[in-house]
Amino acid sequence: MFWTSYFLAVLAIVLAWPVPILLSRAHWPARDPFTAMVLWQAIGLAGGLSMIGAMLVYGLEPVGDNLLAGLRALADMVLFAAPTTALGFWHLFALSAAALLTAHLVFTLLLTYYKIERQRRRHRELLALLASPSDDGPGTVVINHDSPVAYCLPGGARSVTVLSDGLMAALEPAELRAVLIHENAHLTQRHHLLLWAFAAWRQALPWLPTTRLAQEAVNSLIEMLADDVALKTESKATLIKAIAIVASGSAAPAGAAVVEPANLAGASLQLPDVAGGAGLASTTASRVSRLLSPRPPLAGGLRAAVLAVCALLLAMPTALLIVPGLLG
Amino acid sequence: MASLGELERAVMDLLWAGHEAATANTLRDLLAQSTAAHGGAAGHEGKDLAVTTVLTVLSRLEKKGLVERERGTRPHRYQAVSSREDHTAELMHEVLGSAPDREAVLARFIGSVTESEAETLRKLLGHS
Repeated sequence: MFWTSYFLAVLAIVLAWPVPILLSRAHWPARDPFTAMVLWQAIGLAGGLSMIGAMLVYGLEPVGDNLLAGLRALADMVLFAAPTTALGFWHLFALSAAALLTAHLVFTLLLTYYKIERQRRRHRELLALLASPSDDGPGTVVINHDSPVAYCLPGGARSVTVLSDGLMAALEPAELRAVLIHENAHLTQRHHLLLWAFAAWRQALPWLPTTRLAQEAVNSLIEMLADDVALKTESKATLIKAIAIVASGSAAPAGAAVVEPANLAGASLQLPDVAGGAGLASTTASRVSRLLSPRPPLAGGLRAAVLAVCALLLAMPTALLIVPGLLG
Repeated sequence: MASLGELERAVMDLLWAGHEAATANTLRDLLAQSTAAHGGAAGHEGKDLAVTTVLTVLSRLEKKGLVERERGTRPHRYQAVSSREDHTAELMHEVLGSAPDREAVLARFIGSVTESEAETLRKLLGHS
């Protein structure tokens, strides 16, 4: 029991600090974004699980040989007022910390969901009044703005892809198709769920710098995944050109012909650069370089190995927590 | 009968175009006119539009913070809180801005780019 908690604590620390740093510096994720995405999820889940598990197992050590027996004993103390003398100060401390951390993670997840949904609803309301439907299919609208902007707002059946006038004017039909396929890929692959989970993870543990690394990596990986979908129907040159036109257009200050309120938006455009948008900026750069000089995807064996590691990462804390109880 | 969403849009278009406060009655008449102008069958429906429906639409827009009413006069006169351009700017600010939640709220085709990156990309375009 003691060794289990010791091992889980080591696992939690390794997954919280060195592993995400190494992974965020690695170059292979650009070659196989899907596998990298699975790995980031496994790291996050296994990290959280082992963090809570380590404290739980340590705290329950005096009252049970394994987690299940320990939890049963704990339930007796809480529900039937069995004597709690077996638990020392540090055990109680660890148990409280485990309970608090669990509640904190769940609560942050729900709160983040609520905040995101509220912003999306408001955004959709304004779009319903300001944007006009596009000829490019249902769920696509055009907004009157000179900067080349394209984005999608997820929301189940009410998901919408928004294009700006500036974008429509700047892109050739094929490039526009590439943009639409790219945005649609975000929606069909449900990338918003990943964005939500990792935004909540960062929100819950802001003092852990690797949660920021994870979020940035995930933001960048979903763009690569969506690019790969666009490449199935459109040529590489088309996609690169679309990215280059939109990126160079959106960095430029708003032109002189723009009406005043749009200049206001143009001014805010400068903010991300100042506020350390380095992670975001490098997303575009790495997308383009990945398209310009493609490297072969991970070999099948290597890919399988990484996926096996993911499965192992999730299985290990779970097994350590549950299996001794089932055997004993 | 047009849906509430379509009516909200039509009312906002009128308020944005008019630049001055209007009563529900005025708006109803303007709506009826504009639907009549858009074709015969729709025009008939436009005439059936009740003032209470317009008031419902206005109160929904008020709740959304898009419309305000002048309290002093009776009947109440309604006007847009800010112009269409301001609302578009607000929306684009949300899209292009750096609010920490933005990344999770919507997925942009291109995230923020630095000026030097943009320069590199422009050169790239020149070559292709």
